[in-house]
Amino acid sequence: MKNLIVSPAPHAHSGDTVRKNMLLVILALLPAYVVSVVEFGWGALITAAISVAACMLFEWLITRFMLKEPVHLDDCSAILTGLLLAFNLPSNLPWWIVIIGALAAMTLGKMAFGGLGQNLFNPALVGRVFLLISFPVQMTTWPRPLGFAGSYVDAETGATPLYYLKHMVKTGDNSVLGELPDLTQSLLGAMGGSLGEVCALALIIGGLFLICTRVITWHIPVSILVTAALFAVCTGLCGALPEGMSTGQYVLYTLLTGGMMLGAFFMATDYVTSPMTAWGKICFGVGIGLIVMVIRTWGAYPEGMSFAILIMNACVPLLNRIRPRRFGEKKK
Amino acid sequence: MNTFRIGGVHPHDNKQYSAHQPITECPLPEKAIIPLVQHIGAPSQPVVEKGQKVKVGELLAKAGGFVGANIHSPYSGTITKIDTTIDAWGMKMPAIFMDVEGDEWLPEIDRTPDVIRECRLEPKEIIDKVTAAGIVGLGGACFPTQVKLMPPPGKKAEVLIVNGVECEPYLTCDHQLMLEHGEELMIGIQILMRALGIEHAIIGIEKNKPDAIARMKELAQKSLGVEVKPLKLKYPQGGEKQLIDACIGRQVPSGALPIEVGAVVDNVATIYAVYEAVQKNKPLISRVMTVTGASVARPGNYSVRFGTPLTQVVDLAGGVPEDTGKIIGGGPMMGRAMNNIDMPTNKRVSGLLFLRESESRRVEPENCIRCAKCVTACPMGLEPYLLSKQAQMQMWDEMEQHDVMDCIDCGCCLFTCPSHRPLLDYIRMGKATVGGIIRARQAAQKK
Repeated sequence: MKNLIVSPAPHAHSGDTVRKNMLLVILALLPAYVVSVVEFGWGALITAAISVAACMLFEWLITRFMLKEPVHLDDCSAILTGLLLAFNLPSNLPWWIVIIGALAAMTLGKMAFGGLGQNLFNPALVGRVFLLISFPVQMTTWPRPLGFAGSYVDAETGATPLYYLKHMVKTGDNSVLGELPDLTQSLLGAMGGSLGEVCALALIIGGLFLICTRVITWHIPVSILVTAALFAVCTGLCGALPEGMSTGQYVLYTLLTGGMMLGAFFMATDYVTSPMTAWGKICFGVGIGLIVMVIRTWGAYPEGMSFAILIMNACVPLLNRIRPRRFGEKKK
Repeated sequence: MNTFRIGGVHPHDNKQYSAHQPITECPLPEKAIIPLVQHIGAPSQPVVEKGQKVKVGELLAKAGGFVGANIHSPYSGTITKIDTTIDAWGMKMPAIFMDVEGDEWLPEIDRTPDVIRECRLEPKEIIDKVTAAGIVGLGGACFPTQVKLMPPPGKKAEVLIVNGVECEPYLTCDHQLMLEHGEELMIGIQILMRALGIEHAIIGIEKNKPDAIARMKELAQKSLGVEVKPLKLKYPQGGEKQLIDACIGRQVPSGALPIEVGAVVDNVATIYAVYEAVQKNKPLISRVMTVTGASVARPGNYSVRFGTPLTQVVDLAGGVPEDTGKIIGGGPMMGRAMNNIDMPTNKRVSGLLFLRESESRRVEPENCIRCAKCVTACPMGLEPYLLSKQAQMQMWDEMEQHDVMDCIDCGCCLFTCPSHRPLLDYIRMGKATVGGIIRARQAAQKK
């Protein structure tokens, strides 16, 4: 008999790998990406390609030459960060700005902390916010959804639904009601916005897919959406909505436009930067829901999802002190 | 359908290799080695000496304390020496060595195959018989059974929970026992109910054994107070605390024993041994064990008398497969990898699993990606990622505060980690150290 292996128990493994989870998330993003290509044409293709390639390149360079550690590009985390970064950018963003964003995401967002699993903030959001602050004009002009008919270089731009919503709630002016997409358009994505955030339906399908395959749990998405919806209901009940918009409509617009779905299912649920326990996740989600609605209602920006998630990311080490319920623990 | 409420994982069943293989008796060896420690508790003290001739069933060693068990001779023959040897894990093992001669049994043991249904003994008499017979938990823990039958003052047993779950993949000996000796098992259950003075017993069986569920339900109809509870498939449902939660919805508090919630849990093989001891005067000298693996020629369930060299059982199953990379005593989740099979069979080993080389190696670990799958999987509600890191950093006080002593070693955390991190290895190390610190603290307080 050859030499026997005597490693400790357990001797079985589920077969789960980091790569499998990353690929499942990428798969879940595909429906939204397909819609995005249909809506935004060349911009969607080019921006995503550049973002993914740049993220992979920077991870490789930093790991190989600065950290001098073995490179693990095959765990697909760089690809996923690149894709998620692209989803958060306007699809007509100049290519060199995309590369700067990827650099910020990979260095400030991930490698400076020590690589996979060590970072405090969501890398894609770090990249996006870095660009938002550095290139405010380019980052706040979104192309109209004209598909391949539109030009990548000279895209026709317009305001997003959230811009009009904020204007209406702040001033009570309902003259721009007509500029809002109807609910079907909101669901399907026929509106202006970042590359991957427009098609709520595709994102919901992707999100449910991730919950069913147990890549993520329901706690964070549900907490975010329920909190945001409740806030919207309160806004309606306080009479802050203009004539012609019902509370129900406002709740739906809240959930279906802007970065809400993308953030709830894909950005906030990032493993590394979200809490480890069930109640921690719920508090995390509620916090994000509150902050995003506060920014949307009273803040300077029409969209606050990125900031909300980053602020709550900072609270995660504190939230991780919440313990799971121990076996045999009496409910107090 | 019920199951326990916190955590759990779903490993591949892998029971198809040895399932439904009828229990086969292993032939007698020529030389036997009977270990003196086959249970939790102090080693048993030999009552025989070199050169003595013994019969099957004769007492070889007395229990070394209240928590201990008698050991009886599975063979007739001559004692050659009482010495220490090395077991399959490199640990010293005191044992009685004997040459086997013939197969002469003590006259009081009933060797007929008749099922004896009546038992009119008093509870004390039943407990005495169980104690004398050296019965220990045959689910793998080997806790002396009589201790469970004598609750400490102030604690009352309400329900007997019969562990027919067999949640470890690959193992099928308990399943086969339920199919072939269901009637005797039911009588054993009633004997234990009598000994404990209770009227309610629940047999927990996982739903991957539908024929066992059907058979036990059929028998339970004629037994007052016995119910069969089919359970959803989830590991580690056979763990004592998880099984109690699944069957009666009560969770044993940290540091306490099942009697705290009124439950007494016993494995089906243990209860069968109780039947044999009480009704047939047969002490615990043999058990059914599963020999299995993808490449094993004749996987199955083998009835072995303790002290038989494992090589003999393995030969019965077709020998060690060529491509074996790892031999495990027990199941793949909690069994221990062995470095040889010269060791004798004993009360502890419920199965031998031969894993192929391709299945035997650990994967290189990656960074923790903080996916929290280990937290979701832990059946005790612990945080394995944190405990593992604390053990690496030698933060023993913090580990104690994070309830590391509640860990039941089930392996769910390591099983589910996508980064293949050695979580349980570090946690075990931490548990050993923290356990030592706690014991030292308690000893110092007593002074």
